Amino acid sequence: MRLAAEQMDAFRQGAVANLPVAASVAAYGSVLGVLAAKQQISWLTLLVMNLTIFAGSAQFVMVEMWLPPLPVLEIILGVLVINMRYLLIGASLHPLFDGRPLWRKALSMHLVADENWAVTMAAHRRGQASIGYLLGGGVCLLGVWCLGTLAGHRLGAFIQNPEAFGLDFAFVAVFTALLAGFWRNRSDGLPWLVAAALSLAASQFLPGKWYIICGGIGGALASVAQARRQTPTDGAARSSRRRPTAST
Amino acid sequence: MPVLNHDIALLLAISGAALVTYFLRLGGLLLAEKLPRSGAFKTFLEALPGTILISLVVPGIMAAGVWGWVAAALTALLARKTGNTFVAMLAGVTIVALSRLLPA
Repeated sequence: MRLAAEQMDAFRQGAVANLPVAASVAAYGSVLGVLAAKQQISWLTLLVMNLTIFAGSAQFVMVEMWLPPLPVLEIILGVLVINMRYLLIGASLHPLFDGRPLWRKALSMHLVADENWAVTMAAHRRGQASIGYLLGGGVCLLGVWCLGTLAGHRLGAFIQNPEAFGLDFAFVAVFTALLAGFWRNRSDGLPWLVAAALSLAASQFLPGKWYIICGGIGGALASVAQARRQTPTDGAARSSRRRPTAST
Repeated sequence: MPVLNHDIALLLAISGAALVTYFLRLGGLLLAEKLPRSGAFKTFLEALPGTILISLVVPGIMAAGVWGWVAAALTALLARKTGNTFVAMLAGVTIVALSRLLPA
């Protein structure tokens, strides 16, 4: 009983923590809704997409490609490439699901989007995250995503040009604010620099969302290389200490 | 004549996209649990959230130009000082929105 109440509490906190970004998610949803209506996609089809796919940028690409006869294979491949980053995002969530049964993971992971993932990982740094918190954020985002897209489809976009209000920057700003809590110590410097450089380069030369994958993997590998460089030095120090003992 | 009936194609496209997305989300989590919890892989996974987040923001900041960098710096500073994500975000968005009112 108390456990259920605690989980409800975490769920509510997660939902509230995602509200800052929910407004821009809804505004972008309304833009997608307008595009979908132009492509003759019914509101019901759009709702099914929202509920079953729940991935903003992938849905934008799908709607763009939505011209009869539908290029089914191209659409699925496009979604695969854009959402490849979820492999990394899913992997980074493993401390949250440690020791939990498979059904719990299988039921929860559908509700992971970029925004509630970032909010949850920031809370995790403060020791305040839980699966309930993640899901609360997911349900909040799914709700406003559906509201925004359907409102756009039925009524037209409530904001025609989100860029004019800096709303495209809202996502960047939220992630930047969360990033402030991710800095651990000076050893993060090099991996973060490598991630920044690789993501910038990849965003220039590669299509879609590859820049997230390139920067994320490259930066984390830099962290591994950095740790490796430190360990062998320790090893060398140990062996040099051992050498005199061997000679005696 | 299209090879597939439109309704069937629609169903295939949506269910295919949904399945692919779902298995990427779940697959990443299950894969991370299968791999060793120590050494290089542990370091890799611990660094991952920060490096993904950096990669999410840097191209976006760059695209917003000089004011994007000003806005991002202020956002990070406010988030660090106040601990309030919303206020920090609002400040960043306001700067970028105002900068777009400036004559080019």
